[in-house]
Amino acid sequence: MGLAQNVLDDGLGGIEHNFVTARIEDLVKWARSRSSWGASFGLACCAIEMMGTGASHYDISRFGMEVFRASPRQADIMIVAGRVSQKMAPVLRQVYDQMMEPKWVISMGVCASSGGMFNNYAIVQGVDQIVPVDVYAPGCPPTPETLIHAIETLHQLIEDGEIMRRREATGSGAGIELSAEAPATSPVVIGSK
Amino acid sequence: MSDGVETAEQTVATLHGCPLIDSHGQQVLLVPRESYVSVVKSLLVDGYDMCIDLTGIDYLNMPHRKVGAGVQPERFEVVVNLLSLTHRQRIRLRVQVPESDAVLPSLFDIHPGTEAHERETYDMFGITFDGHPDMTRILMPEDWHGHPLRKDYDQGSIPVQFKGSHS
Amino acid sequence: MSTVISAGTNEGGQELRSRSELTAKELFREVGSVLRLSEAEAAKLAEVQTEAPEDQTMIINMGPQHPSTHGVLRLMLELQGETVLRCKPIIGYLHTGMEKTGESLTYMQGGTNVTRMDYLSPLNNELVFSLAVEKLLGIDGDIPERAVWMRMLLSELNRMSSHLLFLATNGMDIGAVSMMLYGWREREEVLRFFQKVTGLRMNHNFIRPGGLAADLPAGWRDDVLEILENLPSRLEEYDILMTGQPIWRERLQGVGAITAREAMALGATGPILRSTGVPWDLRREMPYLRYDDVEFDVIVGEHGDAYDRYAIRFNEIRESMRIVYQILDRMPSGDYRIQNKKVTPPPRARIDESMEALIHHFKIFTEGFKVPEGEVYVGIESPRGEIGCYIVSDGSSTPYRMHMRAPSFVNIQALPHMMRGGLVADAVAVISSVDPVLGEVDR
Repeated sequence: MGLAQNVLDDGLGGIEHNFVTARIEDLVKWARSRSSWGASFGLACCAIEMMGTGASHYDISRFGMEVFRASPRQADIMIVAGRVSQKMAPVLRQVYDQMMEPKWVISMGVCASSGGMFNNYAIVQGVDQIVPVDVYAPGCPPTPETLIHAIETLHQLIEDGEIMRRREATGSGAGIELSAEAPATSPVVIGSK
Repeated sequence: MSDGVETAEQTVATLHGCPLIDSHGQQVLLVPRESYVSVVKSLLVDGYDMCIDLTGIDYLNMPHRKVGAGVQPERFEVVVNLLSLTHRQRIRLRVQVPESDAVLPSLFDIHPGTEAHERETYDMFGITFDGHPDMTRILMPEDWHGHPLRKDYDQGSIPVQFKGSHS
Repeated sequence: MSTVISAGTNEGGQELRSRSELTAKELFREVGSVLRLSEAEAAKLAEVQTEAPEDQTMIINMGPQHPSTHGVLRLMLELQGETVLRCKPIIGYLHTGMEKTGESLTYMQGGTNVTRMDYLSPLNNELVFSLAVEKLLGIDGDIPERAVWMRMLLSELNRMSSHLLFLATNGMDIGAVSMMLYGWREREEVLRFFQKVTGLRMNHNFIRPGGLAADLPAGWRDDVLEILENLPSRLEEYDILMTGQPIWRERLQGVGAITAREAMALGATGPILRSTGVPWDLRREMPYLRYDDVEFDVIVGEHGDAYDRYAIRFNEIRESMRIVYQILDRMPSGDYRIQNKKVTPPPRARIDESMEALIHHFKIFTEGFKVPEGEVYVGIESPRGEIGCYIVSDGSSTPYRMHMRAPSFVNIQALPHMMRGGLVADAVAVISSVDPVLGEVDR
């Protein structure tokens, strides 16, 4: 009661110390960064470390991310954990397309970031050839601390609005169109052994 | 001697009509393509009731290899690993498969567990298996061209570029 | 700049053909070899609701991205209502070309490649690769005792961590989601020990041809004892949470049953074969390392269903603990690797003193050691079954052909037989009980 009386007495002059104001944009970004849900896209060994990060010892639940939604429609962050093979690449793109904006991608591990130690016909050399990546987490596999660092970096980027600014400036996504006609074709024959 | 190094195997044992050699203490049976299925059936009767593994090898880069016991080497080889639970013994079969006619009868009717192995051997080497219920690619996408584990199939590495390096 | 990528691969060849196209003989083939089953047995198995007309069945796709599959396994299920009639597992979504890569890596680097196949028990992959290379080199009888016992210790701890992960994922798939957190809690203890010994939590490349990469650190005994002391009470907790619980039993007993003859015909090994009553464990029947010197029991099931497989893996954790206790008592002192200049690098201190040591170190790490011509197959018991390594050498420093016989690759063939006549929810339980690791399925 006394507090409310103070507010009424101060009037407009007391706005600074009686109200908290913010732009809606900032509040939305703050909320988004703290409750982003991951789309489970665990492929290989990195998936085990990702699950380890979600477990009780490293616990990404304190960052709001313990829920890994199976449905891409309900997810915000796609953590590509593991090596992406030629057969899996279209599936990855489909799942990415089904996610609702705003969406972000963390490329976890060296195989997702660049093909890793598997520089051969079977692995896509970097998932950024298929989806636009926001944060790369190196390691083979990255320890849960590395993954948490990557997630926190992404959260900071979301909160700063850096990513939205860039997307508006350059146009959305990686500029890749899907065509149903062109089939998967012959192998990559670049470079020598 | 025409066999060169394999003097130790001159007086080879045979099992079901095929030469039996020793490789680091393991039994290896060199089976010709014609009697492949019948030898596997006879071994099944002998007690080798589990087929553990079936795979292929492309010997393109080893053209002058010696198989042993006077067996003519071909480009491809299919290796079948059988296990006998009662005798606690393994035996390995090596079948030469020529490049021009890379077909082998399927072991699916005797050992249904070879289904996935034979599909993989087809996918990776191009050796087809007669009588297999589903002779399609298993590891590569369905419409892939080429057989990756052949020696004339490039590994597909892309040259890695480092920041600040020339070119 | 836009590029065109196709939206999907043409996987027409992967479809299930409609059942009207199949003759009766083909249908018998779907349930197993006609020669191995008697006609009466095959007819009884094929009788599962085949009178349903074609338009009442539905072919749906489960995966490759799905929370309940252990990695990127795609299943095409033919359903009639909720009942699964036929199932076709489609793999290849994680194909990494490891066997091709293995042909360009030296034998010392080969461990890094091979260890990423079965990423839940990486030390077992490295062990089988090292055993095969040592056999080809002819040094398999000369590995020092300490190295052998260290390998056993790491292999058994790996078996424990893999089975704990099985408990976690099995629990989560059946619905006991808290089991996921508990299983990982124990796993972290074992991984912490691995990090202390090998430097990495996973994919260690620690077991190398000739021995191991380094010796056990000081104080390792206390660390292992700590793990072993905390585990029994936690296992009791999981027993109470799962084993006796009525819902758990209802969901797993009788689900995914397979007979011993079917399992043997399909080449299934490991807990699947042992759950059908066949007491086949390579550590007991065809011992490698010093498994014939330690006492442990081989856990065998009766019914061949998912509950037996769960119970087998659960009790194998206890058996592994028993083995580790014995190893703790009997670990000999000595070298952690063979002192063969051509195979193992010299100790770092010697490189400063001796030119020869420097040259050997250089040659081993750049060019690799040469292995005489020959071919060999070695099989060991991994947590999933028999893992085998078949190496063909042409005398150079890289393998000519390196093939791994992956247990999950073969065990997945048993899935259609286990799921037949069950419900879709049971399909999830069955996959979970087979415990496939797609890294080794697809290699």
